This record gives sequence, C-alpha cells and structure tokens, in this order.
Amino acid sequence: MSAGPVERPPGEAGGGSAAPASPRALAWRRRRHSLGRFWAGYRGNRAGLAGLAGLAVFVLIALCAPLLIGPADLSLTDAPGGPHEPPSAAYPLGTDNYGRSILDLVIWGSRVSLTVGFLATLMCVGLGTLVGIVAGHYGGFGSTVLMRITDWVLVLPALVLAVAFAAVMGQGTVTIILAIGLTAWPTTARLVRAQTLAVEARPYIDRAKALGGGHGHVMTRHVLPNVMPIVLAQTTLTVAESIIMESTMAFLGLGDPNTLSWGGTLQEARNAGAVSSGLWWHLLPPGLAIVLVALAFTLCGRAIEGVLNPRLRERR
Amino acid sequence: MTAQTGPDPATRDDAGDRAVPGGAAAPVLSAEGLEVRFKGRGDRGVARAVDGVHLDVRAGEIIALVGESGCGKTTLARTLLGLERPTDGRVTFEGRPLSYTGKALKAYRRRAQLVLQDPSGSLNPRHVVYDAVAEGLRIHYGVTADEKAKVADALARAGLRPPERFFLRYPHELSGGQRQRVVIAGALVLDPEVIVADEPVASLDASVRGEILALLLRLRDDLGLSALVVTHDLGLAWNIADRVAVMYLGRVVESGTVEEVLTAPRHPYTQALLSVLPEGGVAERVVLTGEPPDPTRVPGGCRFHARCQILASGEADRAGIADRCRGEDPGVLPAGSDSHLAACHYAALGEPAGT
Ligand SMILES: Nc1ncnc2c1ncn2[C@@H]1O[C@H](COP(=O)(O)OP(=O)(O)OP(=O)(O)O)[C@@H](O)[C@H]1O
Ligand SMILES: [Mg+2]
Repeated sequence: MSAGPVERPPGEAGGGSAAPASPRALAWRRRRHSLGRFWAGYRGNRAGLAGLAGLAVFVLIALCAPLLIGPADLSLTDAPGGPHEPPSAAYPLGTDNYGRSILDLVIWGSRVSLTVGFLATLMCVGLGTLVGIVAGHYGGFGSTVLMRITDWVLVLPALVLAVAFAAVMGQGTVTIILAIGLTAWPTTARLVRAQTLAVEARPYIDRAKALGGGHGHVMTRHVLPNVMPIVLAQTTLTVAESIIMESTMAFLGLGDPNTLSWGGTLQEARNAGAVSSGLWWHLLPPGLAIVLVALAFTLCGRAIEGVLNPRLRERR
Repeated sequence: MTAQTGPDPATRDDAGDRAVPGGAAAPVLSAEGLEVRFKGRGDRGVARAVDGVHLDVRAGEIIALVGESGCGKTTLARTLLGLERPTDGRVTFEGRPLSYTGKALKAYRRRAQLVLQDPSGSLNPRHVVYDAVAEGLRIHYGVTADEKAKVADALARAGLRPPERFFLRYPHELSGGQRQRVVIAGALVLDPEVIVADEPVASLDASVRGEILALLLRLRDDLGLSALVVTHDLGLAWNIADRVAVMYLGRVVESGTVEEVLTAPRHPYTQALLSVLPEGGVAERVVLTGEPPDPTRVPGGCRFHARCQILASGEADRAGIADRCRGEDPGVLPAGSDSHLAACHYAALGEPAGT
C-alpha cells in the first residue's frame, strides 16, 4: 500500500489574492478540497479500487441493457433459442427452460437488482440516520423508547417480516423494497446514534448552542456532517445486503413474477429442475452476479470506512 | 479604572449599602443566588459546583472572575449563558429572569456571547474558519449580502490579518492561539452587548494577548460592552478589569474594585493567591496547604477554614474567632455593592488583614 505523506490539494492557501471569492465559491472550493483529500486516501486502497471498478461495470451494464437486448430476446413464448441449450457461441451462457439467453437474463436482471438495492438502501439508511440522530440528540425517555424499538426490529427475522409484508401488500418489487427498508435500518440507527453521542459531547456543540443555534442547527450543521462518513460507508455495505435480500425474496417467490431479477432467475431455474438435472449454466451466472455485485459494494464500503474513520485508518 | 471610592480599610461587609444612587449603572447581567449542582455518578456525592453566587455585570464594566482550578468558574460562565440550568437562584438579563424556551434563549444569545475555555475543541473540525465565524450570523440573520465583510472585519479585529488568508483554513491547520482568535471573532461578529469569556487569552502569546485585551477595552469604551472575564491570571485582571470577584469552592469570597482587591486583599485566600505572584508586594509567600477543594465535600463553617493560613497560624485564635471559622458560615456576598467585601470572619473584625 502506497502510504505516502498526505498531500495537500494545491491552490487554496494562496495568499491574500483570494479576495473576490463569494461565500458560495468558497464553499465549492472547500468541497473540492475535501473531496480531493478523500480521493487521495481512497486511491491507496487497492481492494477499494477494484470494488469501484466492478461497480462501474455493473452500473454501466444495467444502464446499457436496453441497447443490448430487445424485448423479443426476453419473450417467454417467442424465445430465440431452444430450451436448456448448453453454452455455445450463440448463447455464451446457454439458455433457460424457455430458450432465452441466460446472459441476456443476467444483464437485464441487473436493472431490477441494482434499483431495488439502491432504493431499499436509501430508505433504510435514511430512516436509520433519522432515528439515530434524533435519539442521540434529544436523549431522555423518548430516546430510550426509540432505541428499544430499534433493538426489537434488529432481532426480528427480516425474512419472516418480509413474507408477512408480502402477504398483506401482495408480492411485487415495491413490497420487497419496503420490506428491506423497514427491517434493515436498525444497524445504521445504532451506529449513527453512537456517533451522534460522541459528537454531542464535543465543545463545539456548546459553542453552537451559545451562539443561539437550536436543535435543528446542531443536528444539521454539526451532527449530520460528522455522521455522514459512517452513513456513507454503511450505505455501500447496506446496498450489498439489500441486493442479497432482494435475490433471496425473489428466489422464495415473493417478487413480481413479471420482472426479471437475479433472484427470480434462480427461482425459475429451481422450478425448472436445474438443480437435479445438473443445468449449472442456469444456476451459476445469476448466483455469481449476486456475489460479485455484493462483493464490489462491500469492498467500496470498507474502503470508504477506512478512509473516513481515523481509528480504522490508524489500525491499517 | 476610575472607581476608586476612598480606600477605607475598615469597610464593613454588611449588605446595607447596595445600589449606591448615581454611582453605578444598572446591572446588565446578573446572577442571583445562583446554585448549580451536579449529581455524581455511582458513589460520588452531589457536586456543588456553584454554591450561591450573587454577581452583577453592569453596563460598560469588565469584571474579572478569578480562582483556582475547579472552583466553578466555567460552570458559572456556562450557567450565565443558559447552557446549564441553575438548580437554584436565577440569571437575569436587563432585569428580567432568563427564560429557557428556545426562542427566548436564541434572542438572548444574539446579545450575549460566550467564549469557551478550550479553543481546540470549540471549533468543528469539519468547518473552515469562514464558516465557524459566520455561524452566529447565519443562525440569527441567515445568509446575508454583507456576511463576508462582517466575517473579515471580525477576524481582523481579533487579530487574524489578512482575514482572507484564513477563510479556508481548517482548525487543525491553525495554531492554538489562532483558533482562540477565531472563536473570539465568532463571538464579536454578532456585536454582542455582553461577553462572557472563559480564559480567553490563556493560550495566546504576550503581543496577541495585549491586542485582544486592548480590543476588549476598546469595545467597552466605544460600544459600552460589558464583559465577565474568567482568568487564572491576576495580572490580566489588573490590566483590564474594573472589578474583581474571587471565587473559592463555588462561592464568591471577595469582591471589589481591582485596586482594592489586588492591592489590599482582605480574604486570606486572595492574600494567598497574590502572595505567590513573583512581583507581589507581599512580604512572605503563603503556600496553601491541605487538600485541594472538592465540591462534593464542602466543609462546614467557613469553606476555606481547612486551608486558611490565618487559622493555621493561630491568629484567628488570638482574635477569638477560631470557633466561628470552623462552625459558622460567613455567608454569601451580596451583589451590586460598590464596596470591598470579603466573606471572612477575620476580615470582618475590621483589622488590616494579612500582615
Ligand atoms: N458536568 C459535570 N458533572 C459533574 N461535575 C462537574 C461537571 N462540570 C463540572 N463539574 C465539577 O464542578 C467543579 C467546577 O468545575 P468548573 O469547570 O466550573 O471549574 P473551573 O473553575 O472552570 O476550573 P478551571 O480553572 O480548571 O477551568 C469541578 O470540581 C468539576 O469536577
Ligand atoms: Mg474552567
């Protein structure tokens, strides 16, 4: 690992000639400055770079999927190939029981998997951050109640809850997003609350209060920026979790049968008897895609954590 | 320092002569019987950090609050700004008791500012200097057009010049003294009427310290700023304060004008503090013995008696008050008096003390 001396991004401490900068320009320059510093640290983490590259590939594939695959390629009744053809030049990963190219299915499935992963993550990280900051900032009885609820949700088996959800709301992508979002937030909430408590004990919080800042000011201007690194790292880790969860739920048949996702493809493979008849090309590609995407997000998450959390950085 | 009202050594410390008509301005900020207690964790008792303090800060007056470490100066300062709720007594601003609702506190804190003791921790490490100084402005006025000019002006007044050079620095890129000046600039930018400053210049070198103190004096003279300056440094108190309050174990034990308190101290504690100054005129040094004060165990009688050199040397015995020192609380000094007061049985005898 290239542990060179921390370099200062150039161009901000530049003498008294910086007079005509407006506050907004200042803010931008500052943001660029801290982004540069972050990138310098991230670059040193090779696993993180690999994760980032993998992520970029997956996102690119998901975005370009409509250009590569036409609706006819995914048609159930009018599939291009024969059922369960082994890999060949025409179908590099073989075909499924309807005769669709597995490669096409995996490529198309990335769209749903990534979308659900991101949306569910957005929801659960948002909820977790809100609960964590509010519980950490206000303290008192309300905070205790909030944290008891958090602990309770934390030990609830997410899958059982998700099945119950699907029973109430009907199966579908939205159900999956909600189920993940409403069960996965407690980890974030606990982390954020711990960090909030640490930040709230700092003297600059007293200074902000003495300047007249209220709860909103303290929470948004001081606590939030300080918990953001943790939230960011947590987000990337949660995306990986959400994608796995989505696949699991789709595999269990809780997903929308009309949308293609990796978990859904796996479920179809099982229903088609791929496990017993050794049709590995039907099972392996979607499974590998899930593993790879989760790995990429986890690598990024760990790298971000390492750069932003000084305590972890020292240990490295 | 013009309030030399007749050096009468035999001033009695009874509370009869409050609010000399025409003599003193009305208090802007005052503590009335202020008491702050902290519940101890586990088997620790209740800490009486501030234990009945009367103190007036009048318009255009600078008061120095001196006392050894742990006597409750910071707690008093924080309580005056409403950061700590008093367990008893009250804080009044312009004669009205402080209201602890969010809105009232915010309005109060536009006019009164606190400079915290720890300059390194007082700045958010993720905010650059510009944001730190502009914070108060944004809280009270939002983002305004003249924000940048005001920030630059405040930084320049606090001695960071040219101010533009510091706008984008993070606190960790500044020296301790520069950080302290950023904190001071952040308080000045709101043009406060009262400043409560907790050891504002402890981390500054002599020249910058002089500059900050000169600034305080100028603000007082030009704008009628009132200030309560907490300090360990009696020399500093001498240079800027109009009045001095000496604190011991949560109480003000002596108060009066600077000249009175620092040249003719009446309380044995003040005498001991002064005697260890290198340039002190006092003949012999008094090094305080006994345990350092513990606010969870405030001794009965006079709270200073266990360490009092007058009592230890037997002088109190000869004066026939040793029992009162050990058993009778000399009481709480009133605020708003212009005379030189000391909470001490021995000083109350009216003898020239400490010779
Ligand atoms: N939050 C708290 N909880 C419990 N005890 C406290 C708390 N804050 C202060 N104390 C106690 O109150 C006493 C007074 O503390 P304070 O900080 O006011 O002293 P100080 O005079 O400012 O000292 P220094 O000169 O060292 O800054 C100390 O004994 C301290 O231990
Ligand atoms: Mg202090």
